[in-house]
Amino acid sequence: MANTMQFDLVSPERSLASFPVSAVQIPGADGDMTAMPDHAPTITTLRPGILKAEGPDGNAEFLVTGGFAQINADAMSVLAEKAIPVGEVTRAHLDEMIAEARASHQNAVDQGHHSIVDEAAKLLADMEALGTHMSL
Amino acid sequence: MPSLKDLKNRIESVKSTRKITKAMQMVAAAKLRRAQEAAESSRPYAERFNTVMAGLAASVGGSDNAPMLLRGTGKDDVHLLVVMTAERGLCGGFNSSIAKLARVKAEELRGKGKTVKVLTVGKKGRDALKRDLGEFFVGHVDLSEVKRLGYNNAQDIARDVLGRFDAGEFDVATIFFAKFQNVVTQIPTAQQIIPAAFDEVEGDDAGTLYDYEPSEEAILADLLPKGVATAIFSALLENGASEQGARMSAMDNATRNAGEMIDKLTIQFNRSRQAVITNELIEIISGAEAL
Repeated sequence: MANTMQFDLVSPERSLASFPVSAVQIPGADGDMTAMPDHAPTITTLRPGILKAEGPDGNAEFLVTGGFAQINADAMSVLAEKAIPVGEVTRAHLDEMIAEARASHQNAVDQGHHSIVDEAAKLLADMEALGTHMSL
Repeated sequence: MPSLKDLKNRIESVKSTRKITKAMQMVAAAKLRRAQEAAESSRPYAERFNTVMAGLAASVGGSDNAPMLLRGTGKDDVHLLVVMTAERGLCGGFNSSIAKLARVKAEELRGKGKTVKVLTVGKKGRDALKRDLGEFFVGHVDLSEVKRLGYNNAQDIARDVLGRFDAGEFDVATIFFAKFQNVVTQIPTAQQIIPAAFDEVEGDDAGTLYDYEPSEEAILADLLPKGVATAIFSALLENGASEQGARMSAMDNATRNAGEMIDKLTIQFNRSRQAVITNELIEIISGAEAL
């Protein structure tokens, strides 16, 4: 019975989670997606957002930024540059991230690259939406 | 012949030196454990990252529109050497062996008529290379204020390197660091990070065909800069463990040498004391005989 798969969430500094899950919702670069066991092998980059993992032993939510997910039929690994359990996220974390996004947006505007400006603006909007979503 | 008092002072001074080296050894041992744990826990990320990148690079790498970070600039005229060393000394040959490797490599490149630029991370490497390669220094990253190495330190260095690459300052970047083998062995290593090189994928994972979202090229372009940061982060952590390992064995040696020196000095001290006593006795006896 393949109704669960192995889920791993790792950041460069440490491994944050590793447990069996029945479904994981990830903020993919092209839109949110949910991966369940026997998913077609996929690699997708992530935009900043909330990752939700549902498992037989309970659910977990993480705030992830910058990274990618590798999905196989029986396992899924998410490699995020920064990942924080949602319960531990504070306004300060978010402010810091928004400030970072704003700085890169400003930088892009100054340099006048249109594609980068758009990207940075999207990142900034993502960050702010995230704050609203988490009602911080 | 030093006097008894001189010898005594000498012994005391060596004893306090031994105490210091012993303490440094124990501190290094504790730090080594922490550094090893950090290196250990960063490994899963680096390994998975490399697996994915190797797969991507293999499928996109051949094409002409592959990102510059993978393909290179098409030239190899200007080399950037990123030399990572410690901020402190007293760790045996650790700093000098990395500096030596970088120096040899720089000589070799200059012999072939290439231009060399040097970016130093860590004060000791900068000091060691200042005389020979000082004119090629383009920057320095100071980590002396950093208590605990984090990924953001690596990101800062990566941003610096990538900024220079985008500005067309160099064609090839190589990092120099010491790979941690065990407490007594650290291997000075040179690793090319731009253009990126990835190890071949082994095992059954190699055959899987992935869907890529967005396109393979977009993912690769997104991930390659992160790959540079990841490589630098792993190197920093390896270096951290190597530094503490090297310091630990250097301080162990120093402690042992101090012990031997104390033994020698103590014997000399005892002999001198005995000589003084014998002398006094002879004087007393010959004085008594003369009466």
